[in-house]
Amino acid sequence: MSTSITQFVNPPAPVVCFAYNKDRTMIAISANSEKVFIYRRNGANWDTSAPAFVLAEHDKLVTGIDWAPESNRIVTCSQDRNAYVWSFEDGVAWRPKLVLLRINRAATCVRWSPDERKIAVASGARTISICYFQPQHDWWACRHIKKPIRSTILSLDWHPNSVLVAAGCADFTVRVFFAGIKEVETARPEPTPWGSKLSFDTCYHEFRGACGTSACGWVHSVKFSPDGNTLAWVSHSSSVHFVTSDEGATVQTVNFNGLPQRSVIWASDNSVIAGGHDANIHLFTRGHDGQWAYVRPLDATEKKSSSAGPASGASAAMNMFRQLDSRGQQETDTSLPTVHQNAITQLSPYESSGSRVTAFASSGLDGKVVVWSINSIESSMAGLKIA
Amino acid sequence: MPSPLRRPGGRFRQTIRPEFAPWPSFFPPPPFSLLSPCILSLAMSATTSALRPYLNAVKASLDASLCIENFPSQLVERHNKPEVEARSSKEDLLTPIVVSRNENERVLIESSINSVRISISIKQIDDIDRILCHKLTRFLMMRAENFVVLRRKAIAGYDISFLITNFHVEQMYKHKLVDFIIQFMEDIDKEISEMKLSLNARARICAEEFLKHF
Repeated sequence: MSTSITQFVNPPAPVVCFAYNKDRTMIAISANSEKVFIYRRNGANWDTSAPAFVLAEHDKLVTGIDWAPESNRIVTCSQDRNAYVWSFEDGVAWRPKLVLLRINRAATCVRWSPDERKIAVASGARTISICYFQPQHDWWACRHIKKPIRSTILSLDWHPNSVLVAAGCADFTVRVFFAGIKEVETARPEPTPWGSKLSFDTCYHEFRGACGTSACGWVHSVKFSPDGNTLAWVSHSSSVHFVTSDEGATVQTVNFNGLPQRSVIWASDNSVIAGGHDANIHLFTRGHDGQWAYVRPLDATEKKSSSAGPASGASAAMNMFRQLDSRGQQETDTSLPTVHQNAITQLSPYESSGSRVTAFASSGLDGKVVVWSINSIESSMAGLKIA
Repeated sequence: MPSPLRRPGGRFRQTIRPEFAPWPSFFPPPPFSLLSPCILSLAMSATTSALRPYLNAVKASLDASLCIENFPSQLVERHNKPEVEARSSKEDLLTPIVVSRNENERVLIESSINSVRISISIKQIDDIDRILCHKLTRFLMMRAENFVVLRRKAIAGYDISFLITNFHVEQMYKHKLVDFIIQFMEDIDKEISEMKLSLNARARICAEEFLKHF
């Protein structure tokens, strides 16, 4: 499989967030609007003529989508302060169930816990709502994590054990919380290297990367490694940060010489892929000494020439004057030398074998959703090995 | 003889990129130009090369500042305001920067998590410059909604301000937005010096005509 580019929504609209179902035959997309579009794949090709389903319950921008692979439920959250859990009933339509978030500002990010029994919703009310299903009321209730959070939460991630949550915040800080709820957990959770106190809303750690003398910027994305022992996050100061739970929890900062990243994923236990405002994706790896380093950009698309082949002298001159006459400029080539033509908004794993991701998907403000195969990236770049 | 590179109707007409700024054609041409276009363009290329490092610095700063995203208000529910204008919380604002060539020509870039405000101080050496600059910027700002990213009022101490929000970056290419601001800075200087030249020429002719009677 090589890189595949799909433009789902027509006319193109920025993709704020997206989520695939378990077998990757459907995709839910928030295209910068209050609706969620679900597209379906027929064989190898996506049916982009019209969405298969439209989830229309929110009345402001949908900021987060997550698709639970096993239970086949979608959770969406929006700037209208609500979240809904959608389940596919009777094989006909998606039906929403309200989540009682009890927040009074926009919801910014939502994630299913890996065991699919809890939902974490981040919000601008400086609150994380940990939601769980109450069968006696037939709704999703929630408990709040509030305490040391001082600003809007921009990103969230669950630990693979489904009881720890990491939150990246606009107050430059990443925090790790215990988010297990007694009514929901089937077994007593094991203590992790992150902390051993097992009571709800305990803040285990507060991490701030250090960039020179000042704190690093807003934390756009945070992710636990597949084994749950390392945390990676990207902040607005163009830096990627790593912290491992068992080495005295010191933050390693890798400064990046370019525009800030917006999203980060783990490609394997020792490599991380980040994408963001420069519309490219970048690889960071951990060496044998445990030190993280920047490797290289992974999108090495050749820049296309504006017309088919170099034009001959006369027609080039004619084109130039025609452009000058009709548009008042000489060159009209507005394209960037990358696949995405605007900032990347989200990265997510697409295919994995074990803890190693073999393909991942990215979405951008240009409306494209791109699936990248690690194998084809490796074969296109000499000496590159992502493992 | 009209040069093929110029269009009648003023320089603005041809330099603004139509794919993101529906620049209307109401900009009036200078009353009459006594200088041939070739001389003008020669004079201009000289100023352009001197300006280049300054514009490059502004361009690099804008590139870095325009990394903005959708950010709902933390203060008012269901609102989404440019934080650089609302200033509702301190952590959402970045330190403003000033790129300046000399005390007259400078650019102030204030950025925040979802918006960037760019204020330009245009070179004004004498009173004619000041009058022309005031008239021109006022003309543009009165029609701000046609220019999409133009602010209706300039920040104190500056002549013209732009407000770029995440919604603009979503609709238009970011690198083209940056190009637009740079192009604007280049052209506004040219336009004012051109107007000044034609104003002086006109004054001279008027004076000559008037003095013929004595």
